[in-house]
Amino acid sequence: MYEFAYHKPASIADAAKLLAADGDAKAMAGGQTLIPTLKQRLAKPSAVVDLSGVKELGGISVGGGKVTIGAMTRHADVAASADVKKALPALAALAGGIGDPAVRNRGTIGGSIANNDPAADYPAACLGLGATIKTDKREIPADAFFKGMFETALEPGELIVAVTFPVPEKAAYMKFDQPASRYALVGVFVAKTATGARVAVTGAGSSVFRWKDAEAALSKTWSAAALDGVKASAAGLNADIHGSAEYRAHLIGVMAKRAVEKA
Amino acid sequence: MGAEGIGAAVRRKEDFRFLTGRGNYTDDINRPGQTHAFILRSQVAHAEIAKVDTAKAAMAPGVVAIFTGTDFAADGKGGLPCGWLVKNKDGSNMQEPPHPVLAQGKVRHVGDPIAVVIAETREQAKDAAELIEVDLKELPAVATMAEAVKPGAPKIHEGGNVCYDWHLGDKDACEAAFKGAHKVAKIDLVNNRLVPNAMEPRAAIGDFDRATGEYTLYTTSQNPHVIRLLMGAFVLQIPESRLRVVAPDVGGGFGSKIYHYAEEAIVTWASAKVGRPIKWTCERSESFMSDAHGRDHVSHAEMAMDKDGRFLALRVKTDANMGAYLSTFAPAIPTYLYATLLAGVYTTPVVYAEVRALFTNTLPVDAYRGAGRPEATFLLERLVDVCAAEMGMDRLEIRKRNFIPANAFPYQTPVALQYDSGDYQATLATALKNSDWAGFEARRAAAKKRGKLRGIGISTYIEACGIAPSAVVGSLGARAGLYECANIRVHPTGSVTVFTGCHSHGQGHETTYAQLVADRLGIPLEQIEVSHGDTNKIPFGMGTYGSRSLAVGGTAIVKALDKIVDKAKKIAAHLLEAAPADIELKDGKFVVAGTDKAKAFGEISLAAYVPHNYPIDTVEPGLEETAFYDPKNFTFPGGCHICEVEIDPDTGVTKVVKFTAVDDVGRVINPMIVEGQVHGGLAQGIGQALLETCVYDDKGQLRSGSYMDYTMPRADDLPSFDVATQITLCTHNPLGVKGVGEVGAIGSPPAVINAVVDALKEWGVRHIDMPATPQKIWGIINSGRQAAAE
Repeated sequence: MYEFAYHKPASIADAAKLLAADGDAKAMAGGQTLIPTLKQRLAKPSAVVDLSGVKELGGISVGGGKVTIGAMTRHADVAASADVKKALPALAALAGGIGDPAVRNRGTIGGSIANNDPAADYPAACLGLGATIKTDKREIPADAFFKGMFETALEPGELIVAVTFPVPEKAAYMKFDQPASRYALVGVFVAKTATGARVAVTGAGSSVFRWKDAEAALSKTWSAAALDGVKASAAGLNADIHGSAEYRAHLIGVMAKRAVEKA
Repeated sequence: MGAEGIGAAVRRKEDFRFLTGRGNYTDDINRPGQTHAFILRSQVAHAEIAKVDTAKAAMAPGVVAIFTGTDFAADGKGGLPCGWLVKNKDGSNMQEPPHPVLAQGKVRHVGDPIAVVIAETREQAKDAAELIEVDLKELPAVATMAEAVKPGAPKIHEGGNVCYDWHLGDKDACEAAFKGAHKVAKIDLVNNRLVPNAMEPRAAIGDFDRATGEYTLYTTSQNPHVIRLLMGAFVLQIPESRLRVVAPDVGGGFGSKIYHYAEEAIVTWASAKVGRPIKWTCERSESFMSDAHGRDHVSHAEMAMDKDGRFLALRVKTDANMGAYLSTFAPAIPTYLYATLLAGVYTTPVVYAEVRALFTNTLPVDAYRGAGRPEATFLLERLVDVCAAEMGMDRLEIRKRNFIPANAFPYQTPVALQYDSGDYQATLATALKNSDWAGFEARRAAAKKRGKLRGIGISTYIEACGIAPSAVVGSLGARAGLYECANIRVHPTGSVTVFTGCHSHGQGHETTYAQLVADRLGIPLEQIEVSHGDTNKIPFGMGTYGSRSLAVGGTAIVKALDKIVDKAKKIAAHLLEAAPADIELKDGKFVVAGTDKAKAFGEISLAAYVPHNYPIDTVEPGLEETAFYDPKNFTFPGGCHICEVEIDPDTGVTKVVKFTAVDDVGRVINPMIVEGQVHGGLAQGIGQALLETCVYDDKGQLRSGSYMDYTMPRADDLPSFDVATQITLCTHNPLGVKGVGEVGAIGSPPAVINAVVDALKEWGVRHIDMPATPQKIWGIINSGRQAAAE
């Protein structure tokens, strides 16, 4: 990797100040994407602002029909949290299925959604549950947060503080692993909420997206069979050596049904 | 000493250091004043080098020196040699283009080394490499073998893209047999290209001693003496006496660490230029574009059968990818280690094989665990299933009907090899029993109820290892002998060091070889050390590959032990005042036959080094012997692998739910090590069948260039294996051993694919190429469903 300055601020304010002062500085949460990117010399930040010393960014709170996860909470902690498991088991299960144990013990929810990898798992939960992303400046609904491949509504220097998930009636996430990387080739998060069904798809497109046809069908009847005649379109989906757009479109249907069955 | 000798499942002596992180790998070694090398590699597959300007880079912080191909050539140094000459059908020599250590004039694959930067730190070397200005005039790339032979294809080398066009067998007899055939079964198949991926990436340290003029190369090699010979004699012109090659602990090779690589020559040569040691350690993504790859065949095969399903003749046409340059043993793999195995375990009287080796703008391809035999086995065992389908016969019956009978050995095949022993009916019977083949249809029905497609597949394979009789391979084009050397040093107090020319990089030699000595001399295992991997310690050696370490290296040890025992008996006879002929070695004691007069082994060794009371007129002091052993024949492990899979028709995912292996590896020295070797081989075989594949795009860019896209098998991809041995002894080596390192990777791929094809039989599938990925299988099921709906 190239040389860079290293900062480890203790507060959100200090972190924001460091990032504001240096447009080429990069915030680091768990570093599970940033460090490999640096090692491959694909990024050349002037400084890395390590957020692991910012206590305000940690913690899990459950209550009032909501689950709030601090941005720096590690996947392993979400997966192991008795409160999350009880209130929103689909989220705990999703966190427990990210990457491998090493990734889960370093990677964070804030880092994952700020990076918005098209094959990441957490964006599916955020969009599928209609989460609210709280930053040091504002609150952003998930529907407005994920903009495109590795693109979010975050402004330069803006830091995610926490993510709040409304607790649905039912929810589940099913992932079809890309065989080599075991990222989601296709991941589908389904939720039955008071205002209808939500279905979010990751891995298949350039960014996480909602599958509206499936939502309509499931809002009418919450059952796997309700998706029988609903086909995801292959248009615009990703294609690579592991899956054509058609295969991904097919898997969206299979994973959605399995998620409904599991929920 | 039965508890530690031949046949005992003793724990591996070497595991303590490996499991506690105390191994000593090349990258663990640091020499005083050491510098670090980074190799600047081509990012394009085919280009002319217009300019390489290192001026700016040379000024970068920490840079010690930068060298290009021009510097290397200007110093009068050679290219990387090829160790095997294959002849064309017309008797002419294969095309053997130069293989520069650092690119000269052209780059021919992604990863081709252009320059080496030597700096105080690795990071500084990398920083400086970015400042090298490389002007490449990109040429159209030949990414596939199909492209390589198209009229007007870009020429990778001056002589074109064909390395050789070779054949083996009786063409006329083959054609005559096909004319009389009742039926002919045909198959087109691909043997997918693999990236070896040893756990330890390659590394090399060159260390030139200005005081003595001696060079030392520390390297991740399976055969340090071979590297010394190739690099010293052909590349750098350094006499063996001034070149020491050390291969310390090596973390896996699978063939990829046999070859003499450019980086070894670069660090050795450059260390003398800069007067300091130089370390190069490969990064994982770099290894994808700098380690020789494996397999990569495209074949068409046909089997002629009579009305009873007996095989009359086999004809095979194969194109084999050599990559951009000839790696050390590349030409031999698709010829003498492939076509010679095409008779398999069957009595097919006529076999005719044609093999074209082609150059492409890809990494060189060479031996990878199995090396030619997995390709032959996959082709044959897939074809035999197609034969059964063509005849409407049972897959087992057609195999049994064509097996070489157990009483037919030695058996001369029509493709040069003479099998010494085997019992294919027996290994098949045991595998059928162990796998509960008879109960399969019930399991298939149960799976169907769960919505899964279950299939079962079988492979009855043979391979040739224990390479090899030197005169035979010499007549076939090998530029080396393939004997092995052992030196046994009995120390004064009776402990023993075995110096072997083989090299252990996962095989457990330190244990298995020690067991041979413990068994013979009757001394405890803890008094026996095995030393390998250093040309200054070991008299000579050809190294470890082709499952040869026990059959050839072990036999050399036995021969040296014969000499030790012979001499020790003379010493004992003197001390016991008896005739040497009357001395017996029993349980670690030299006994006068029929008496209770005895001397312990340690008393003899002490006498040899403190020869006060000693037959000094007829016997030299000391107790150390060396033996070289040249094998009389190849050895022929074989057996039966049975695989059961379940396919999820909605996703196309295949799960191996049961795997049964019954292997005839000859006499087993350590059953635990044998089982471990089979497990590892099966993981690689199943990996090839279902997961692994190396993909280039049409510009010759590596699309599966990291673990993000290259699917290595993981523990949860594999079932708990049911592994057994059922042996016949090798008849031409004293231990009766055959070899076990590669059987798992050779026997398993067709068993897996035969199972997948069986599971998909309702869709009319006759063949599916490896890897049988979910996407591929879903495609078959989906088109089948669509066709059914229409």
